Amino acid sequence: MKNAPLAEFASALASGAVKIVDLTFTLSPDFPMIVLPPEFGQAMPMRIQQISRYNDAGPGWYWNNITLCEHTGTHFDAPIHWYTGKDLPNAALDALPAADMIAPVCVIDCSAEAAADADFLLTVPAVEAWEARHGRIPERNWVLLRTDWSKKDMRTYANLKDDGAHTPGPDAEVMRWLVHERGIIGFGTETIGTDAGQGVHLDPPMPAHHYLHGAGRYGLQCLCNLDQLPPTGAMLVTAPLKIENGSGSPLRVLGLVTNGT
Amino acid sequence: MTEPLIRPKRKDPLKRSRQPTLPPAWRSRTAHVLTRVAAEGRFAMQFCPACEIYCYPSREACPQCLTADLIVKDAPRDGVILSETTVRVPSDVYFRERAPWRIGLVHLTCGPVLVSHLHGDCKEGNAVRMSFQIDKAGQAVAFARPKAETPFMSDDKQWREMTADPKFRRVLITNGRTPVGQEIAQALKAAGASILFVGIAEPWKPFPGEDALRGIEGIDIVPLDVSDEKSVFDLAADIGGKVDILINTSEHIRAGGLFDRTGTTTSHVEIGQVYMGLVHLAQAFGPAMRSRGADGTNSAAAWVNILSAYALTNWPKFGQYSAVQAACLSLSQCLRAELRPGGVRVMNVFSGPLDVEWFQTLPPPKVAPRALAASVVRGLKEGLEDVFVGEVAEDIRKRFAANPKALERELGE
Repeated sequence: MKNAPLAEFASALASGAVKIVDLTFTLSPDFPMIVLPPEFGQAMPMRIQQISRYNDAGPGWYWNNITLCEHTGTHFDAPIHWYTGKDLPNAALDALPAADMIAPVCVIDCSAEAAADADFLLTVPAVEAWEARHGRIPERNWVLLRTDWSKKDMRTYANLKDDGAHTPGPDAEVMRWLVHERGIIGFGTETIGTDAGQGVHLDPPMPAHHYLHGAGRYGLQCLCNLDQLPPTGAMLVTAPLKIENGSGSPLRVLGLVTNGT
Repeated sequence: MTEPLIRPKRKDPLKRSRQPTLPPAWRSRTAHVLTRVAAEGRFAMQFCPACEIYCYPSREACPQCLTADLIVKDAPRDGVILSETTVRVPSDVYFRERAPWRIGLVHLTCGPVLVSHLHGDCKEGNAVRMSFQIDKAGQAVAFARPKAETPFMSDDKQWREMTADPKFRRVLITNGRTPVGQEIAQALKAAGASILFVGIAEPWKPFPGEDALRGIEGIDIVPLDVSDEKSVFDLAADIGGKVDILINTSEHIRAGGLFDRTGTTTSHVEIGQVYMGLVHLAQAFGPAMRSRGADGTNSAAAWVNILSAYALTNWPKFGQYSAVQAACLSLSQCLRAELRPGGVRVMNVFSGPLDVEWFQTLPPPKVAPRALAASVVRGLKEGLEDVFVGEVAEDIRKRFAANPKALERELGE
């Protein structure tokens, strides 16, 4: 009987009562990366070097070496990623509590607003309106911003103009409010970065990074398939690689959804 | 009069591709005096300062005074054809496949008489302009051309064997995102290239000049990120059999030596983009080009690397950049040796700082991307191996030849 909840979960998975949604982009060399001014150090894109493929370098086996940044593709941001979180305990990936790797999730659908305005910013009143329909965001929940941005082709996905990227994200006040008034465990987006493309011009700059990591919370970005998650009631599995003193990690993000929700 | 080249038809896929053959290759070490001269497009020979005579062919000692102290000196290019011979059934396979082949005796105004390949518009008794050319085997040979331009002069069958003229050839420019790549695309189009494949990495990232590049007639923008092994091999799988001239314009220019750079990320990126880029391109495109060196009018003809003159000696202000350029120069020599059996030449174009954003703080003289592009075309049309563009590159070349240790000290000051 001690194992009853897990046995129930196993049978729910087997029967399809709980389905698993993959919220991850494929790690590929041509997936867009964060673009910084070129005089700064740059994140490396995914690179795959074949070691052997049933050939003279290894007759019976296929494998690759890979190089990539901690922040390549669908990835997780640890608190130590931002200066606001640098002095917190357990701020790096190798100290990340395993208990934080599975948590419930609220999904705020702003796909219509993002379609109308690439620079759409999520605000407190918008979240309060969402709460009026779906209930108050519980503590230690993920909040994911659904924009359907992941459905775009790569050029409009990155959406770089001569003044930088134009992609939706949160405004500064909503990030302070979600972290300090709602106690979320983390915030996730479909775009490159938890902040808006023009987030550097907000106050503080890059507010999602600033508030999340300053309070020991996490970020997720480059997510997809958020349209397959219900507004509430799903769970996220987010286990980044255990990189020594790591600031972030590509990962497979799984959504557990009760079928029919 | 030279018969103009006819735009080649599409190749019959049922036909076997002719395998490249080469002219006789062996030369003595002394004869390589002329290989160096030909590689740079100069016309120079051994000269005895005591007797004030030019010596040809290359030898160990002056034929008059027997001194071994011969120097290499630029010579006037003028000569007169004493006699001409048409070889109709040569025993050598390379020449037999190309027969009839014309050679002649040319009396140079500076003294020597030499055996020379003849341009079709040169007849016995004509005054000619002489050059040393790198032939398909990579060796220096004498070539006589008309003194004045004649119609379709560069279409001459024997001259085309000595060059990598872009006319009717298909060209891959590996990076079209930069001013250099874009100017080279324009210049190659103007030089008669039939198809221009231009590689664009990270197509999701806009870049200056994109509209103008896409507007060039006959251009084919292809996805190519030279730092990504799979991207390079994927493109080679598509177009590897159609690339007659490959121009490697991949670059990653960053200032800094060892101590004034934080971390090694930039070093990894410049090695990945530039050195590994050349490795990927060579492994993906090289073998097919080598096998297509005798594939008709639009045979594979040349591989071009755009290098910095600081590949010769390190310039510590751009110290790690120089080191990667030096690695590419070394690898280009390996590539040249591996492409030689196909008769495909490797041309390195060296320049000093370019007039581009990454050399913004440097004073003039700087090389305009357009001037670099013009030098690429000139080098291909002349069949060169080593091209130095602009005053800085020429200065480095001379100082390196004179005293590499002095150049090292001077660049480090």
